[in-house]
Amino acid sequence: MDKGRTTIRIIIAATALAMTALASCRKEDYILPSEGITVNPWDSISGNIRGFFLLNEGNMGSNKASLDYYDYSEGIYHRNIFGEINPDEVKDLGDVGNDLKIYGGKLWAVINCSNYVEVMDVSTAKHLGKIAVPNCRYLAFKDGYAYVSAYAGPVEMDSDARIGFVAKIDTLSLRIVDSCIVGYQPEEMAVIGNKLYVANSGGYRAPDYDSTVSVIDLGTFEEMYKINTGINLDKIEPDNYGNLYVSSRGDHYTIPSRTFIIDTRTDKVTDTLDLLPNSTMTLAGDSLYVLSSEYNYITGKHEISYAIWNTATKSIVTRNFIKDGTEDIIQIPYGIAVNRSSGEFFVTDAKDYISPGTIHCFGPDGRRKWSATTGDIPAHIVFTTKSLKTL
Amino acid sequence: MKKTLLAVIFSCIATIFIAAPFVMAAPVPESCPAGFTPAVTDSIRTEDAGIPKTVKTDTSKIKVDTLDEAVVTAVRKSEIIPSQTLAGEQLKKLSANSVTDALRYFSGVQIKDYGGIGGLKTVNVRSLGSQHVGVFYDGIQIGNAQNGTVDLGRFSMDNMEMISVYNGQKSDIFQSAKDFASAAAFYMRSRRPVFGEKRNNFDIKIRTGSFDLIDGSLTWDFKINDRVSSSVNAEVMNTSGKYKFRYKKTGLDGGGYDTTETRRNGDVFSIRAEAAVFGKIRGGDWDAKIYFYNSDRGYPGAAVKEDYGISLLNEDRQKDRNIFIQTSLTQTVSKTYSYRFRAKYSNDYMNYVMPPESTVQPMDNHYWQQELYFTTSHLFSPFRFWHINLAADLQWNRLDAKGTDMFNANFIQPRRITALAALATSFNLDCGLDMQASVLYTYVHDMGKRKDIEPAKDKNIFAPAAILSYRPWKKTDLTFRAFYKKIFRMPTFNDLYYVQTGSRDLRPEYTTQYDIGAAYRKRFAKGVFAGIEATADAYYNTVKDKIIATPTSNQLVWTMVNLGLVRIKGIDIMLAPSFRFGEVEATARLSYTFQRAQDFTEEKKGEDLGPGVEDYYGDQIPYVPVHSGSAVINCTYGTWSFNYSFIYTGERWMLGGNIPVNYIQPWYTSDISIAKTFGIRDTELSVTLDVNNIFNQQYEVVKWYPMPGTNFKITLGYSF
Repeated sequence: MDKGRTTIRIIIAATALAMTALASCRKEDYILPSEGITVNPWDSISGNIRGFFLLNEGNMGSNKASLDYYDYSEGIYHRNIFGEINPDEVKDLGDVGNDLKIYGGKLWAVINCSNYVEVMDVSTAKHLGKIAVPNCRYLAFKDGYAYVSAYAGPVEMDSDARIGFVAKIDTLSLRIVDSCIVGYQPEEMAVIGNKLYVANSGGYRAPDYDSTVSVIDLGTFEEMYKINTGINLDKIEPDNYGNLYVSSRGDHYTIPSRTFIIDTRTDKVTDTLDLLPNSTMTLAGDSLYVLSSEYNYITGKHEISYAIWNTATKSIVTRNFIKDGTEDIIQIPYGIAVNRSSGEFFVTDAKDYISPGTIHCFGPDGRRKWSATTGDIPAHIVFTTKSLKTL
Repeated sequence: MKKTLLAVIFSCIATIFIAAPFVMAAPVPESCPAGFTPAVTDSIRTEDAGIPKTVKTDTSKIKVDTLDEAVVTAVRKSEIIPSQTLAGEQLKKLSANSVTDALRYFSGVQIKDYGGIGGLKTVNVRSLGSQHVGVFYDGIQIGNAQNGTVDLGRFSMDNMEMISVYNGQKSDIFQSAKDFASAAAFYMRSRRPVFGEKRNNFDIKIRTGSFDLIDGSLTWDFKINDRVSSSVNAEVMNTSGKYKFRYKKTGLDGGGYDTTETRRNGDVFSIRAEAAVFGKIRGGDWDAKIYFYNSDRGYPGAAVKEDYGISLLNEDRQKDRNIFIQTSLTQTVSKTYSYRFRAKYSNDYMNYVMPPESTVQPMDNHYWQQELYFTTSHLFSPFRFWHINLAADLQWNRLDAKGTDMFNANFIQPRRITALAALATSFNLDCGLDMQASVLYTYVHDMGKRKDIEPAKDKNIFAPAAILSYRPWKKTDLTFRAFYKKIFRMPTFNDLYYVQTGSRDLRPEYTTQYDIGAAYRKRFAKGVFAGIEATADAYYNTVKDKIIATPTSNQLVWTMVNLGLVRIKGIDIMLAPSFRFGEVEATARLSYTFQRAQDFTEEKKGEDLGPGVEDYYGDQIPYVPVHSGSAVINCTYGTWSFNYSFIYTGERWMLGGNIPVNYIQPWYTSDISIAKTFGIRDTELSVTLDVNNIFNQQYEVVKWYPMPGTNFKITLGYSF
């Protein structure tokens, strides 16, 4: 009996000892500081652009949306700045960053799978507020209002997918003031005059994709009509001549990706560019930079192209704007941006989507100037005219 | 009753002992007449794991060590490298909710657990990947041609008698070709009935506790005659799966957040029923079994940031219905020839739903899988020291699916024929040297119901293995061992044909394993120190042409590719001392694993792009800790039993390189279990209290899948 008790005591004591020893293994869980790396010490501010923000999407379910900042005055790339600046924000920025824009001194970030829009001060990146929008996708702005496209509209009984909507948000009160039903799974938007154009993808309805661009009257905030364009629409970019460039992702089987041009005076499709596959694009002057990364399930082939399209002459300028061979090391080109003051452009590489990506900076001559490791799936870049003061 | 039980045990031991020289090659655990000798079989297996197990009666105790010599002589030659095994009482005392909880105590084993009772649970051995682990239930592999992994969460501990893990393969040459066909194997063996004086045994269990768990099970064993017995076991389980979890982070300059949320949509309702018949024939045995499982569960998804009341990711529902029937016949015809036949048919249905009320893509996919399997093995023993086994297996798989229009338009509805043949030979020399070599031939032919879509090309593959064991001294139970094995896994139906990800050009994924180790065992008849068992192994593995999902043009479009090379260097150590202090018996089992599992995928190599760019070539692969271990201490005193277990998993990284944002904290939990049995005439009532994670540690096995804090369970059992 006594011996038994002793044993139990020994066991309890040994256990307690082991516990104490091991308890020290677990560190206090701190919010991660940002990491700043000097990538181009000779860099300088050109025009009024002082830096840019980059939103990393992070793979779905990983909660790794993150914000980076590049400072032109020092040539430092700051990775993952949101947590350090906003330690009180629960679970950091959230899951899948989908769009980033600056409007009225505020930095807006759409966090898709966390169902909200984060609003920060553009000169501090400090959290100002957030707006819950279910399955929100992209941003557009006009006259003190933000417009957010979202997949999750009302559930329709007779359909197998929810129709999408656009939420209208007062940029001062940060409240949703109105909403408008559009097509299925609406993506990017553009404002021309008093009209809001919304590219509907219908991605959840594959193979019965949506193929329309919704045109909303911003006065009444009601959809006026839909423009039949092409299947699985995604990006939309206005040029300086009243035209809208709309990308179609195709179906990855028999219908390839291409670009459509809509004349916003007539709201009709004027051109179908079969030879301009398009994953994402950005306009600088009359040059439309178009990235394409297209996969076909039938051939198993993955084709990548980097094209510049002249919007004045409506013709191809080049099929590869990278001139120094850097394209060979880019696995998945994902984001494109052009600094309109300096003419330098940026291409991001999403790699395998689950590892940190890379941003490459190129001079106007298409030669690489510097590169930096980003967060996971670097995608959306906005240039800022105000230096970030909090780093 | 007690006396009869004792007599049965003794006679079985005697049988083995006497029969040993004649049936040297016949593997005792399988050929020992089923339904009559499980206690002894159990003891043998427990010995392998170094846990002395006592077969208890009220009047006397039979210590296994006294039987050791006799039994081991008979068994040793068939399985030259023992497995890691947990069985019988030892298994019960771990208070495991599922088989995966028990598997955590094995060295070299990693469990992926998405949390809660309903969360997906898979096992990975020595970092080779869970699809390389063959999962066997009562001798026949549980297939999943669709995705290659088996959710171990659905196997209840209620009807489990023994679980074992083998590195490489089971080193018993008398086995089916499938037993040679995976890089590591996990065997589960369901309970077999033992009879006393009565022809009927009943056992009722009721469990309740945290997560609103209610679970009831009933077992009925019936002795039809001296040669045939039956067993029926049924279990119903319901849980809300709700538990609180907490995420807390501190800001560098103060501040931070601290949030407590409740895990939702983790409810499970399941029904499981099994019935088996066990029979004995001259020189052998047969059995037949039917298994039914039905469940409806929610998938809680990743606990990522959400600001909308519902998350995009956690509304999914899954329904499962699994049925299989299997049968087995083994006979030792003469001292030079034994054979075995086994057959199985399984029919599985799965329905995965993302409801339209969730904010993501609605989905309602139905999958029907069927498998027909037949195996025959023949063991020839031309001399006492030389054995040859020839085994041939034939398997047919079929997957039908119905889902979204996209899915229906592009899914091939695959069928697969697999033919396997294994030739194995072993030499068991008197000098203490045991050698085994085997070669496995595999032929795979895929077809599609849809003729307009091309299936994958046929595969013809030979795969070798070699095992060595050497015991230099007769009197000292010290054995040295080594094995080499090269094996592959076939791309699954999902890898090859899943709509919008599958790639039919995939090659098989290969693993190569090299292992050297030693095992030592010593028993003491007197004194406080009752004995010790120790094993140590060092190994080097590679995984080549790893099949991984890779993205193409956007987040929704992925494809499967053969990309990836992993090199794994590891050490597994196990130490199991046992003690006796008068009436109190104490056993302990300590295990430790060191694993350096590095990703040497060529694509991970960075180009020289200046100071701003990092690369992750050679980083530890996701979710594999460098250090991990466990400790279990068990004490029994009369009808009381106390169990303490401790699990430690070191720091790990989630997907995407060993950088701070991917860091996952180590975790370590302590579980206790107290049990007491009451004898009421010739019936037995038992009460067990389990308290898990007693220090309420908040941890994750998989990032953003929080695990439960302190939770408890009370089990009431009554057998009569």
